[in-house]
Amino acid sequence: MTLLEFRDVHVTYTGSRGRVPAVRGVDLKVEAGKVLGVAGESGCGKSTLAMAVLRLLPKSAEVTGEILLDGEDLLTMGWGRLRAVRWTGASIVFQGAMHSLNAVQRIGKQVAEPMLVHDRDLSASDAAKRAEALLERVGLPASRLRSYPHELSGGQRQRVMIAMALACDPDLIIADEATTALDVMVQAQVLQLISGLVKERGVGLVMISHDLSVLSSVCDTAAVMYAGRVVEQGPAHEVFARARHPYSAALGAAFPVIGDPASRRNPGGLAGDPPDPGRLPEGCSFRPRCAVAVERCAESAPELLQVEGARLSACFVAQEGEPVVLG
Amino acid sequence: MTASPTTSPRALAWARRRQSFARSWAAYRAQRTGMVGLVLLGAIVVLALAAPVLIDESALSVTQATGGRMEPPSLEFPLGTDEVGRSVLALTLWGSRLSLLIGLTATVVAILIGTAVGVTSGHIGGAYGWFALRISDWFMVLPSLVVAIALLAVLGRSMGTTILVIALVSWSGTTRLVRAQTLTVQARPYLERARALGAGHWHQMTKHIIPNVLPLVLASATLLVPSAILMESSLAWLGLGDPNVVSWGSILNRASDNGAVSAHAWWYLLPPGLAILVVVLAFMMCGRALEAVFNPRLRGEQA
Amino acid sequence: MTAAPLPAGGASAPPAGRRARRTSSGFGRYLLKHVGGAAVSLLLVLFSSFFIFRLIGGDPIDQLTRERPVSPEQRAAMRAEMGLDQPMWKQFWDYITGTLTMDLGDSFQYRRPIFDLIVERLPATLLLSGTGMVIAVVLGLWIGTRSGWRQGSRYDRGHVSTGLLLYSAPTFWLGMIVILVFARYMGIFPVNGMRSPSTPPEFWPQALDIAHHLVLPVLTYTAVVYAGYLMIMRSSILDEIGSDYLTTARAKGLRDDEVRDKHAVPNALLPTVTLVFLAIGGVVNGSIVTEAVFSWPGLGSLFVQAIFYPDRPVLQALFVLFSASTIIAVLAAEVLYWFIDPRIRKS
Repeated sequence: MTLLEFRDVHVTYTGSRGRVPAVRGVDLKVEAGKVLGVAGESGCGKSTLAMAVLRLLPKSAEVTGEILLDGEDLLTMGWGRLRAVRWTGASIVFQGAMHSLNAVQRIGKQVAEPMLVHDRDLSASDAAKRAEALLERVGLPASRLRSYPHELSGGQRQRVMIAMALACDPDLIIADEATTALDVMVQAQVLQLISGLVKERGVGLVMISHDLSVLSSVCDTAAVMYAGRVVEQGPAHEVFARARHPYSAALGAAFPVIGDPASRRNPGGLAGDPPDPGRLPEGCSFRPRCAVAVERCAESAPELLQVEGARLSACFVAQEGEPVVLG
Repeated sequence: MTASPTTSPRALAWARRRQSFARSWAAYRAQRTGMVGLVLLGAIVVLALAAPVLIDESALSVTQATGGRMEPPSLEFPLGTDEVGRSVLALTLWGSRLSLLIGLTATVVAILIGTAVGVTSGHIGGAYGWFALRISDWFMVLPSLVVAIALLAVLGRSMGTTILVIALVSWSGTTRLVRAQTLTVQARPYLERARALGAGHWHQMTKHIIPNVLPLVLASATLLVPSAILMESSLAWLGLGDPNVVSWGSILNRASDNGAVSAHAWWYLLPPGLAILVVVLAFMMCGRALEAVFNPRLRGEQA
Repeated sequence: MTAAPLPAGGASAPPAGRRARRTSSGFGRYLLKHVGGAAVSLLLVLFSSFFIFRLIGGDPIDQLTRERPVSPEQRAAMRAEMGLDQPMWKQFWDYITGTLTMDLGDSFQYRRPIFDLIVERLPATLLLSGTGMVIAVVLGLWIGTRSGWRQGSRYDRGHVSTGLLLYSAPTFWLGMIVILVFARYMGIFPVNGMRSPSTPPEFWPQALDIAHHLVLPVLTYTAVVYAGYLMIMRSSILDEIGSDYLTTARAKGLRDDEVRDKHAVPNALLPTVTLVFLAIGGVVNGSIVTEAVFSWPGLGSLFVQAIFYPDRPVLQALFVLFSASTIIAVLAAEVLYWFIDPRIRKS
């Protein structure tokens, strides 16, 4: 059952430099109980896409298209309905939880807050009990209810964010770089926790990260974004192991495989910088950094088309059936 | 490495300063309030300087006054007369000179003290630095008018004491700012290099620290002048100004001493006060615009 | 199948008992440090007052005997009586001990203990300044919050402009204009003073009379002071806008005003409270001038009167009192900060 669907979503910022497109036509689906990973470098539009779901972008952002949650279009909902859906239909686990939590409010109060907002008949003590249960579920002792954010470590704060995201039993959770600021061991624990919760509660999860190792361990399907578009899509382990787009391939190669001497001696990686969304090149936006580009790539931008089975790729070379890596 | 014959290091430094000045000016110009303030200030300064040309100084003389006692505005006296028959317009115009002069001079002295203390506190540091900062903080907390009144009560009334006293209660506001900037500049690599090359304290402070501290000081000064003018007018109104000086505050002091309020002499009360208001407002507008030039976050507030 | 909860990870916190104890001793240290600082500042004030009025100011006997010719024996007698024949350091010591025990000497003008004068006039000052401050703080913070939250809106621009305008007007002049308009022209409020002599002595008529007299002075005082608080709160709110925790609050489904009041405001209040207390100097200045304009029988007008008599002991005593009050206000701000900012307590 399709829980979340993006249909031709465009997000354009209007600022001092004119109109800057951050997301340029994205179509994606998330199924209940499954995990969709969205990968890409900073500036590719993945976080913008995430924030667009609950309409959390600033006023200078113009969002078109449809974002359907359980069939309801979030973008055209009235404010009242949107506020009711926020957190109960879909919630977000933000990154950098030091700044994402209110520094002068106790943890328990912040976790309980959405419960009280959405259920005005709930008593404060009941909400506190539920908050305590949630904290326990993510592995934090009840004493943490009375703590302030600065008294917790990074890993603990991230668990609080997860507990908070579960507060209203949402159908969908969006994890935006939820493990980025954590060290590897804590990261592994948090990922285990998240995937466990997903299976246990049957929620849909959108996992956004620039870290492929994180995504490959938890995701069912993956979408790779570049310059505001999805450039590759398919089952997660296939997208990461056998990429059908030069960018995905480069992303995968940029991460060294521990224990593989070949990887150590020939580190992969991508030359150049991510493109400036305000000044995209003609044709395929990846062409300036692409190792396998052909003439056609400078003339027109490739569409996201099926290249095999459930795999989609926006690359002319891949669509011809050619390999997307040299050598 | 040899510099090319046409660009000496000094010329390069000046070119760099011109560029950064041009950038700052562009940022300043983009703000409407700043420009309005600047225009107002210009007009006021021109009027103040032109006062002797526009109105003869004899208009201030008590013995040569030709009008009646507190007469309302008429053709001959567009802003009416004071209690001895002098033109309020003439008084207000002439009052601008001393009000501005005292305000500006006091600010300059205050800035000099504050910058000196701030730079030395940051540069020399140690016990002196700590001590200087504490003293500055202590000064800042004290109620300025109270200190000013106390000092003037024992020092006597004159333009000099007025300027000194205002400077004494105002200097501490600049110190923390300057000290913080000094510490920032000190941490920069080129100062380390200068020290390695044997630059002494004086050289470091004058050639490196002070030029980098000046823009901040300028913004701070622009906001100090209005408070100095307000303080001078309050002190003069209380009767603590120089008795021989005609400033806006002293005009209002005479007005209230001679019952202008009970005589409903609005023409006597409004002009000097409005003049103070306009000058202070103009400086505040410029000051806020300057602050926004150095702190881009504030630039969003363009009226 | 349920996944087993993970063991608590990350840095371990000390057990609850130890943490509580650390907090209270932390406060003790904090308090001691700041009270010590305030004590030093107060001593400096006493020293300055002695320096200004005795060392710079010169011989008080000259002042006292300005109008009347006095023989040398009488002078000597007066000097002995006032302790002026003692060495300077002894005079300083006596001055400090005297002040700390509330023995502030006698007023030249009123020939009564200054302490009594202060006690008599303090209520009037507290009434005026207190009322004005409360209104100014409430008004300033309320408007400042909404102004900063909607930066650039008409509401914001209007209030910032008005505030700037009022802040630029000299307080005494504003007072005179207010008297001119409301008391002279319109006649609906009294011109000056705190009471009308013709009011019956019962409680309610007296109270209403005082309230009637209070309106114009408070209006003037508040008009100048509230603008400063408005700008402080506005600036603090502006610092919070765009913070991630506000996005989190919005994502949870809170209304815009709930996000502002439950999240932004508590964070913005922290720097605001400190700055409001630090601005206490302006409050004292304002009350002195306002009392002078309206002939309000408080400490401020006593101070101004003492200038021209000249009543130096009164000037000296009030100088110390006014300065001390600002120092204590700053101390109060520091103590208050401990209770409202949880992050301070950590270190």
